[in-house]
Amino acid sequence: MSEHVLAIEDLTVTIGTRRGPARAVAGVDWSVRPGETLALVGESGSGKSMSVLAATGLAPRSARVTGRVRLLGTELTELPEARRRRLRGRHVGFVFQDPMTSLNPVLTVGRQVAEAGEEHLGLTRRAARSRAVELLDLVGIPSAAQRVDAYPHQFSGGMRQRVVIAMALICEPDLLIADEPTTALDVTTQAQIVELVADLQRRLGTAVVWITHDLGVVAGIADTVAVMYAGRILEQGPVDAVFGAPSHPYTSALLAARPDPAAGGGDLVTIAGAPPNPLDLPPGCAFWPRCPVRGDARCEHELPPLVPVSAGHQVRTFYPRRVDEEAQ
Amino acid sequence: MSAPRTPAEVVAELNDLTVWFPSPAGMVRAVDGVSLQVRRGETLGLVGESGSGKSTTGLALLRLVDPTSGSVRVAGQDVTRWSRRRLRALRRRVAMVFQDPQASLDPRRTIGASIAEPLVVHRLSDGRAARRRRVEELLDMVGLRGDLADRHPHELSGGQRQRVGIARALAGEPDLIVLDEPIASLDLSVQAQIMNLLRRLQRDLGLTYLFIAHDLAAVEHMSDRMAVMYLGRIVESGTPAQIWREPAHPYTAALLSAVPVADPQVERERRRIILSGDIPSPVDPPAGCRFRTRCPQARPECAETDPVLAEVDPDHRAACLFAGAAVRAMRSP
Amino acid sequence: MSEHSERTSEGQLRRALSALRHDPLALTGSVVLALLVVVGVAGSWLAPSGINEVDVDRMLQPPSWSHPFGTDELGRDVLSRVMVAARVSLQVGLVSVGIALAVGVTLGLFAGYYRGWLDNVLMRCMDVLFAFPVLLLAVAIVAVLGPGLLTATVAIGVVYTPIFARVTRAGVLSVREQVFVRAAVSIGASDLRIMRRHVLPNIAAPLIVQTSLSLAFAILSEAALSFLGLGVQPPAPAWGRMLYDGRGFVTEAWWLGFFPGAAIFLTVLAFNLVGDALRDVLDPRQLTVSEARRSAT
Repeated sequence: MSEHVLAIEDLTVTIGTRRGPARAVAGVDWSVRPGETLALVGESGSGKSMSVLAATGLAPRSARVTGRVRLLGTELTELPEARRRRLRGRHVGFVFQDPMTSLNPVLTVGRQVAEAGEEHLGLTRRAARSRAVELLDLVGIPSAAQRVDAYPHQFSGGMRQRVVIAMALICEPDLLIADEPTTALDVTTQAQIVELVADLQRRLGTAVVWITHDLGVVAGIADTVAVMYAGRILEQGPVDAVFGAPSHPYTSALLAARPDPAAGGGDLVTIAGAPPNPLDLPPGCAFWPRCPVRGDARCEHELPPLVPVSAGHQVRTFYPRRVDEEAQ
Repeated sequence: MSAPRTPAEVVAELNDLTVWFPSPAGMVRAVDGVSLQVRRGETLGLVGESGSGKSTTGLALLRLVDPTSGSVRVAGQDVTRWSRRRLRALRRRVAMVFQDPQASLDPRRTIGASIAEPLVVHRLSDGRAARRRRVEELLDMVGLRGDLADRHPHELSGGQRQRVGIARALAGEPDLIVLDEPIASLDLSVQAQIMNLLRRLQRDLGLTYLFIAHDLAAVEHMSDRMAVMYLGRIVESGTPAQIWREPAHPYTAALLSAVPVADPQVERERRRIILSGDIPSPVDPPAGCRFRTRCPQARPECAETDPVLAEVDPDHRAACLFAGAAVRAMRSP
Repeated sequence: MSEHSERTSEGQLRRALSALRHDPLALTGSVVLALLVVVGVAGSWLAPSGINEVDVDRMLQPPSWSHPFGTDELGRDVLSRVMVAARVSLQVGLVSVGIALAVGVTLGLFAGYYRGWLDNVLMRCMDVLFAFPVLLLAVAIVAVLGPGLLTATVAIGVVYTPIFARVTRAGVLSVREQVFVRAAVSIGASDLRIMRRHVLPNIAAPLIVQTSLSLAFAILSEAALSFLGLGVQPPAPAWGRMLYDGRGFVTEAWWLGFFPGAAIFLTVLAFNLVGDALRDVLDPRQLTVSEARRSAT
């Protein structure tokens, strides 16, 4: 068992609003090892992005974060902000959803890629620039040596996302955090980016946390997956276990909600209603009001625990055996 | 499933439509020679990536964009050159549902006022009371409570807002509803609700849809017939089953192989056709076949001949000189 | 059913009013404006003496209990004249801004909605008007039409029209690109209906702000025109005119200029305070906390 790159334990994020505290993340544990990809899946408001932002110290000011976060063995929550920022800059690369807003429109892409190298690796301007060219080449930008002096608007959406990935990689990070990196892209471009990240991961041994709502993307990239809902993990485990034997009603319903052209055109499985308001969460299982199985009064009033159903595969439920039987 | 042999009534028809927009870089050929027919009671799916011209094609059916050449016919009438005044009547016959339900509702007006607008504009019901009844009936049809009529859009969830958008489209009892990416900005569990609702409404009311989306699986699920667009052209058309099982155009095959499937085993074993580069600029599309610059099977002939949509099977057409053969070559190891 | 837009602009107004209550500066401004309106409406009844009661025995008396603001060179009560002049200032301000609002919004609405040559012609005309110094333009108009209350009002109205046209056009240009406007077009709504029901309510906020700020400037312009002798003609009182008449007595009778000047100052300040507060409340770029939260959930 190798050391975790990033491990979070009992992470809770509460955001202060005028109508009271909103619990965005509640007691979340996950970890990712070198070379491994963890996928965080959930709908909007599930806390999947917030858990990662809070873990890396990027949560909004109004957020109160508790719990333990270890990056390469260093406890981040006890560090002063300046050291945390340095550690983050050196070891973590970020790729966000919209490549246009992640890039500064008035700087050349070369400058932007080189900047982190100068800042965190102490490279000279010249060295950083040649490193930027190498990286742009690595992420598949054609004729990188010329394009290094171009501006973001001269690139297509997919090419811009490649530039952002090059930026994230210049410090050879141990961890790459990809927050919906392909959501704004076309599927053929998405396929290119997914392939690129998988290839870079193989070559560089980077750990990846990939945040997405797209279960298809998860199936293609993830080693382990955590399904989040209303700030909690409902199910997590190896991707084959979770997709092969989905054990939480929410996971099963999400998987069934996608149209499957092979299955023909009957009605799709839906989950009634909408996710709960983070200001007003139910006392028990947050999914209870929408749950097709609808356990009993216990589910309504008590929080079900995360229990193991198979090796490394955990489900938040009171009735693991029943879940197990249903999965058969 | 086979298409009906007896031709059903054609509700809307585009003939060799082109829509060009001027831009600083030159003429943008957003739609460049598209012909299609939508028949009563069916769903015609239009799938394509950004820049394919699928949305512009939908807008042309309401004459929300001006055709550069070609014709637009709705309910048997040629509306290509209709005046602004006459177009208002067209826009009762053809309604539209937009991608972003938040943006498509006026934030300062109530849900009821938004749904009632077609009734007011086309003088379809007399008096406030009658309008109110009709609005509540429409809300009920889309699965919302009648008292939501007094709320404002920001008080609703995304899925509820899209239901309101659908209710507004139903208000004028249109012959055709153009659904432009109606589920793209919704959460996964809500997408399924909206697709089920659209299908139920179609069954109950005999509606006709043009379903435009970039989501191939959603288009397959919703459509009776579908067309794949690339760079302003339809490159393949047929039934969802034909296109899913036997794509004849290399672009369709690449698109299908790029769609991720929520099954880790399938994902590990599948051979993905990764297209190189990006979609070319619609200002200066490649000569000959438009897809040839990214096509893994492109041959010298492709630069010389602009392929037309030709039948490969009954009701199945593809615009490729090597339709079928090229795809087989791509898919074999 | 269809007439729900009034309800929402009403809500906007209510929101604005409640915000004014909680901001001490804006509250002060509002109280001053309220007093001004009372004085403007009822000034001639409230005034302690007639405005044209000449009393040669009481010329140039400093402020006292019987004449709190003193008397002028003809022995007239300055307080009474300042009070009655409030009506003139308010009337000129409201009517001229009313003209500017009506004409400017209409022009801006059509220019922004239709774009093209109409936009070019209208907005270039506005640019020409805009290029003149405000007072010079007003003076020119008065010179053509002859001095007087009516021409001063019209002149000020013309001067402030381009601002409203520009604010409106800028708002229309952004609102007309919104999907809900396209949705209204797709329904078959007429252009006039779209402008009235969808575009105008969504640009109301900047217009309300601009109106209150323009009122301040219009009152200032009226004072300036009257000061130059191009506005209200004597013996009718106007703040600017009183300032002008008092300029010869600055050393021996400071109160002649001080009180009308203070009235102008307070009025303009009050309109500006209210205008700034309204901008804070209504500016769509600065969402209030509750709105920001709603759009986030």
